[in-house]
Amino acid sequence: MSLTDQASLRVVLYEGDGVQPLAAEERFATLSSLLEKGFAITRVTGERKVAPNDGAELLVLGRFDQGARPAGASVDGQVPIHFHDLSNSTAGETAIAAETLRAQIHAHRTGEWKPWFPVIDYDRCTNCMQCLSFCLFGVYGVDQAQQIQVQNHDSCKTNCPACSRVCPEAAIMFPKYKSGPINGDAVSSDDLQREKMKIDISALLGGDIYQMLRDRSERAKSRFSKERDSEKALKERQKCLVQLAQAGDIPPEVLMALPSREEIEEKARAAKAKAQQALAMQP
Amino acid sequence: MNPPRILYCHCAYAQVVPKEVKEAVLKKLSESGLAFEAVPDLCEMSARQDPALRRLAEAGAIKIAACYPRAVKWLFAGAKSALPIDGAEIINMRTLSAEAVTAALFDPQAHPNLPADKTASSESLVPKETRA
Ligand code: SF4
Ligand code: SF4
Repeated sequence: MSLTDQASLRVVLYEGDGVQPLAAEERFATLSSLLEKGFAITRVTGERKVAPNDGAELLVLGRFDQGARPAGASVDGQVPIHFHDLSNSTAGETAIAAETLRAQIHAHRTGEWKPWFPVIDYDRCTNCMQCLSFCLFGVYGVDQAQQIQVQNHDSCKTNCPACSRVCPEAAIMFPKYKSGPINGDAVSSDDLQREKMKIDISALLGGDIYQMLRDRSERAKSRFSKERDSEKALKERQKCLVQLAQAGDIPPEVLMALPSREEIEEKARAAKAKAQQALAMQP
Repeated sequence: MNPPRILYCHCAYAQVVPKEVKEAVLKKLSESGLAFEAVPDLCEMSARQDPALRRLAEAGAIKIAACYPRAVKWLFAGAKSALPIDGAEIINMRTLSAEAVTAALFDPQAHPNLPADKTASSESLVPKETRA
């Protein structure tokens, strides 16, 4: 199932008219445990409607034994509404009740995937397609107007910001990255200069890395035959990968998980062809 | 006129927002009498193109406690739910103290701060469906 096909469950913490509000600590504990379990929450107080409809099923929480449940009619539109009384429910029990309902209605679960993917700043992007030709994992594509787009967010390799380094405009962000401008901080002219001097990661991924690994493993092999020390050979390979990872800011797990050289070449050819086709079709 | 709505991002799946800041902000929100929205992770919602983002982007002035304004702008736009350029204030929990974040959230005046869109001549590059 694609990321965008899944149904949602939204939690409404109802503390509006006619219902006794929670104590502040209780509210904080309830919100924290729901957020940690991946639920979005709307806290409703007297003046606002229960919740504008966005198509998500609703789980409405409140102290209903001391007040009336909010009427279904106060929700804009028609969505299934479930209620949970907080009068005798701890924060942990409330989170479990929400999880049980989420499983029953087959709503999406969060937390199974770290949301790590490129975000394009279209104020900077010039639609040059470098990112599309570079990415070996099919994250990028183009829309009908041949505009670059992130299409397969969950194909991106967690913690790998490599494509942001090939973008000549510093237009690719990873909001969960440690430093700017990749994390979304403003782009300075110094950053642009640095971007121009970035290392050629395509060469690193597509060619040099294999040459380096081969050289290393040849050396390791000759030593291996002499020393019969497979542990050492493995360490040698890991050391080499760690150095590459540090130089290119690419997580070792990503380098370890790279496809074979032939597969990389094939993927790179396909991505380049896709980019060239998109460029040729631009008005 | 209604005060700006409040949206809090818990950044649940990474340690990029300091834990003590996000906890203190959530605590202050919990102690307030205000209505607000709290979401586990705006990045995840953007990748899923969660319809809630459109609901939030289309309902007028909004203050969002999350991370860098440029990132939040394009996370919403990437989910075809562009934020109003003149009505969205992003409060950066990565760089501000909890006190500064809550002071900005509780200020009834909105101080819109999304990075300005490109000039009209090059605006055509922004995919149409991501514009407000
Ligand atoms: S490399 Fe950068 S400027 Fe070029 S299409 Fe990709 S995001 Fe846009
Ligand atoms: S928008 Fe920023 S604060 Fe929110 S989940 Fe993404 S990186 Fe974290």
